[in-house]
Amino acid sequence: MDKNYHDIPGTYVFDGTQNRAGYHLNMFCKSLDVEANRDAFRNDPDVYLDRYPMTAEQRKAIEDRDWLGMLQLGGNIYYTFKIAIFDQVSMQAVGGMMSNMTEEEFRQMMVNGGRSVEGNRSKSEGN
Amino acid sequence: MARITAGIGTSHVPAIGAAIDHDKTQEDYWKPLFDGYMPAQEYVAKNTPDVAILVYNDHASAFSLELISTFLLGVADYFPPADEGYGPRQVPGVEGHPELAWHLAESLILDEFDMAIANEMPVDHGLTVPLSITCGQPDAWPFKVIPLCVNVIQYPQPTGKRCFKLGQAIRKAVESFPEDLNVAIYGTGGMSHQLQGERAGLINADFDNAFLDDLTANVDRLVNIGHMEYLRESGSEGIEMIMWLIMRGALGEQAKEIYRHYHVPASNTGAGLIVLEAA
Repeated sequence: MDKNYHDIPGTYVFDGTQNRAGYHLNMFCKSLDVEANRDAFRNDPDVYLDRYPMTAEQRKAIEDRDWLGMLQLGGNIYYTFKIAIFDQVSMQAVGGMMSNMTEEEFRQMMVNGGRSVEGNRSKSEGN
Repeated sequence: MARITAGIGTSHVPAIGAAIDHDKTQEDYWKPLFDGYMPAQEYVAKNTPDVAILVYNDHASAFSLELISTFLLGVADYFPPADEGYGPRQVPGVEGHPELAWHLAESLILDEFDMAIANEMPVDHGLTVPLSITCGQPDAWPFKVIPLCVNVIQYPQPTGKRCFKLGQAIRKAVESFPEDLNVAIYGTGGMSHQLQGERAGLINADFDNAFLDDLTANVDRLVNIGHMEYLRESGSEGIEMIMWLIMRGALGEQAKEIYRHYHVPASNTGAGLIVLEAA
């Protein structure tokens, strides 16, 4: 299987490898769709996280709200964003935290037309 | 017989729905986007279909990693709005068309498109935002809706070519339904955007505008865009544009452009809209 998408900079393609690595992390995120689960997580995060057999790194990434780390450990943005909804944090704030910008800087970049594809296509080609 | 008369391509950004629901459409940030939606609303009001097949993706709302289906048809007579963590959108519930939906499922499977079938599922912003964009805020949606849910989250997504062929098979299936129904088809999602990683915020307006052009001018080029090109050029979530190719395939050989609108940004996305008619 051709995995040349690893050549795209700053992009974590959610393939089978990522799915397997991140299954429990993502299913924890999915559980936050249910109000009772959100309450339980809010009341005692440690006990709630114990329900999901994650790695220590994954658990720490969740605790630290390390959005990039979660992706690197198998998280998928549509799942990890459920933690942002729980925290009442916007997609643009999360986008900023993943790309080393403030929410306002990120928002302004979008208003100015977004992040250019120029220079962001390929690690090997550098274009 | 039933016939597919119109195709609508549109982004389905959740913030667009939130702007409508919270009465922000006339604010400076949103006004240019929503002004551009008005002609499409007028078109739908004048040419209201009986049924719309709405191609969209679920965003970990109805489905999770527990079960991932590539193509799924909703055959229920009712689909409630999903709770995506903010409480369900305060929009009308979505009435299905079980007779046509089952006819589609049976026809498509016998035509070698192996659809999954859902009798119960909530529908998230992927489905309800396109309805809001094109119908405004009615007390009830003005037509019945058959949800066609496509996996675009788990790699590999179906190819654009497969989506286009599914659209062609949908056209054939609709035309073999005996009742005289006016059917529209929506392709939703996109256009260029990337929500994740250090490259978050990517927009490629050139890619998006060329895509809009070639829905009528050069469909063959679009059908042959592969995963790598979508991921690289239109962002990791830009690959949602494959869903527009189901819509385009269902319009037949030739399609006529009635209207288009493109605006950057809607939240993190290049927002496109196109109205096409089967020619």
